[in-house]
Amino acid sequence: MAVSLNHIAPRTPPVSHTSWRLWLRQNLFANRTSSVTTLTLLVLGLWLLPQLWSWAVWHAQFKPDADACQSIRGIGACWGVVSEKYRIIIFGRYPFAEQWRPLLACGLLVSLLVVSCMRAFWRIGLLWAWLAVWLAFFGLMGGRLFGVSLGLSPVPTDQWGGLPLTLMLSSLSIALAFPLAVLVALGRRSDLPAIKTICVTYVELVRGVPLISVLFMASFMFPLLMPAGTTPDVLLRVLVGITLFSAAYTAEIVRGGLQAIPRGQYEAAASLGLGYWKTQRIIILPQALAHVVPGIMNNFIAIFKDTSLVTIVSLYELSGALGLALNGDPLWRPFKIEGYLFITLIYFAFCFAMSRYSLWVEHRLQRSQAR
Amino acid sequence: MNPETIVSFEKVNKWFGQFHVLRDIDLQVRKGERIVICGPSGSGKSTLIRCINRLEEHQQGRISVAGIELGEDLRAIDQVRKQVGMVFQQFNLFPHLTVLENLTLAPIQVSKLSVEAATERAMQQLERVRIAEQAHKYPLQLSGGQQQRVAIARALCLTPQVMLFDEPTSALDPEMIKEVLDVMVELAEQGITMLCVTHEMGFAKAVADRVIFMDQGQIVEQNTPQSFFDHPQHDRTKDFLAKIIGH
Repeated sequence: MAVSLNHIAPRTPPVSHTSWRLWLRQNLFANRTSSVTTLTLLVLGLWLLPQLWSWAVWHAQFKPDADACQSIRGIGACWGVVSEKYRIIIFGRYPFAEQWRPLLACGLLVSLLVVSCMRAFWRIGLLWAWLAVWLAFFGLMGGRLFGVSLGLSPVPTDQWGGLPLTLMLSSLSIALAFPLAVLVALGRRSDLPAIKTICVTYVELVRGVPLISVLFMASFMFPLLMPAGTTPDVLLRVLVGITLFSAAYTAEIVRGGLQAIPRGQYEAAASLGLGYWKTQRIIILPQALAHVVPGIMNNFIAIFKDTSLVTIVSLYELSGALGLALNGDPLWRPFKIEGYLFITLIYFAFCFAMSRYSLWVEHRLQRSQAR
Repeated sequence: MNPETIVSFEKVNKWFGQFHVLRDIDLQVRKGERIVICGPSGSGKSTLIRCINRLEEHQQGRISVAGIELGEDLRAIDQVRKQVGMVFQQFNLFPHLTVLENLTLAPIQVSKLSVEAATERAMQQLERVRIAEQAHKYPLQLSGGQQQRVAIARALCLTPQVMLFDEPTSALDPEMIKEVLDVMVELAEQGITMLCVTHEMGFAKAVADRVIFMDQGQIVEQNTPQSFFDHPQHDRTKDFLAKIIGH
């Protein structure tokens, strides 16, 4: 005789009533070590925070008054240096009267960057928008485009500086380095010995050299190899340098993602008759890149900050422009820390935005791939 | 060559490094024939069927499929792959695409079908494997048996003449094996040419026209299921059958 099953209906899990006291005990004072750590951090915070407050706000001087700043040196921050020098810090040596142009150029670039991050705008028109914005950016900054005057006073590239330069160098080199990196990563895994050798050599050569020397070579050595009078613009040379440099690093990250794809995916694609490029584009790369979003974004953030190294070849991007603003001015030079904190805030705003965006992308990818 | 022959192996040899994995394979498969290949692991049975759509290259001998000889010619390989569908042990669905996208991908990209036509065909195949209601899910949201049925439907979307199955039920829970085998039996009854590597001897008895036993890279014995199971010719075959049916 079959035994009938006593069916147990599903019940909701028990609700836990945790009071804040219990929470404190469990999380901050669970045992002796935990309690000591909590108290130490508490004391440290109570000791540091008032000092920071006192320096940064309470005793701080916000007006651009050099004498008042001198009198509170060591006691309070002199934020006046920012109000006094922000135009040079943000726009570098760009002619003062024309600084609406880099402002507008930056505005356009940042707006389009924000728009490009939104899924709703990922359509073919975005590429045209990018073309238009880059033309507008270089037209506004230089006053001329492809040698044709736009009715604005011409500003040579060695006078470009500050935030526009940082944004331009980083976004262009990221945009160019990424596709190059994907090609190099694919090339390194290629069955064709020539292509594989080229890609391996490129990656290993570039990774063996500091960015500073790449920039130095791009700026000073490269012109020596060119026939006289045909040297490309220093901005272009530096851009190529940063792009080639970061592409090598990004390529290795992408390669890591490619290695995570099981062989079965290639075999399934092959058995369906998909060719090499279609397999890579539709099957392999979407999965491989999804695996390495954090690594790639990490690299993009590094590129953004590495653009500060172009100071070495006399291009004054954001951090270079800060030096430009303060080094030659004995009155304000002592307040460099406040200046650095100001550009730190700008760098942080951009890097934090990038890192949050990367998290959002990860969540989106996870949602479509319930693993 | 007999016009009824759709897959033909003539003196095919293959090595993995020093390991001689296929040894003088001669095999003719008739159109509509259903073949089950069995044998111990490492006997070359998977490699044999993977040579048919050139996932593996053979080093000696001739393989032709639907009258097209497989060799270095990449166009011939593409032609053959359009005629041959394959189902893998690990399903190998594309996890970042929905079930429907998995099915329409090759018809759109390879056969140049319109999206509408490809979708219609995909839905027909999903009906056929009884899983149409899952069309908009992602593969990893499905059970193993469901995934394998999607994989079968995906292979069928290119309307192949030959279907290859490489241990299609080996990665499945016991309860899910039946739902996949049922689909395969239906397929077999509809007259498509099938080569199936499997240890499901019940399936072999039910649908196979011919059972092939391989060991150490050789075809040891081939016969109708009845003769194969009731009167195995070789000791090696008897030994193998005793092991897999004995428990």
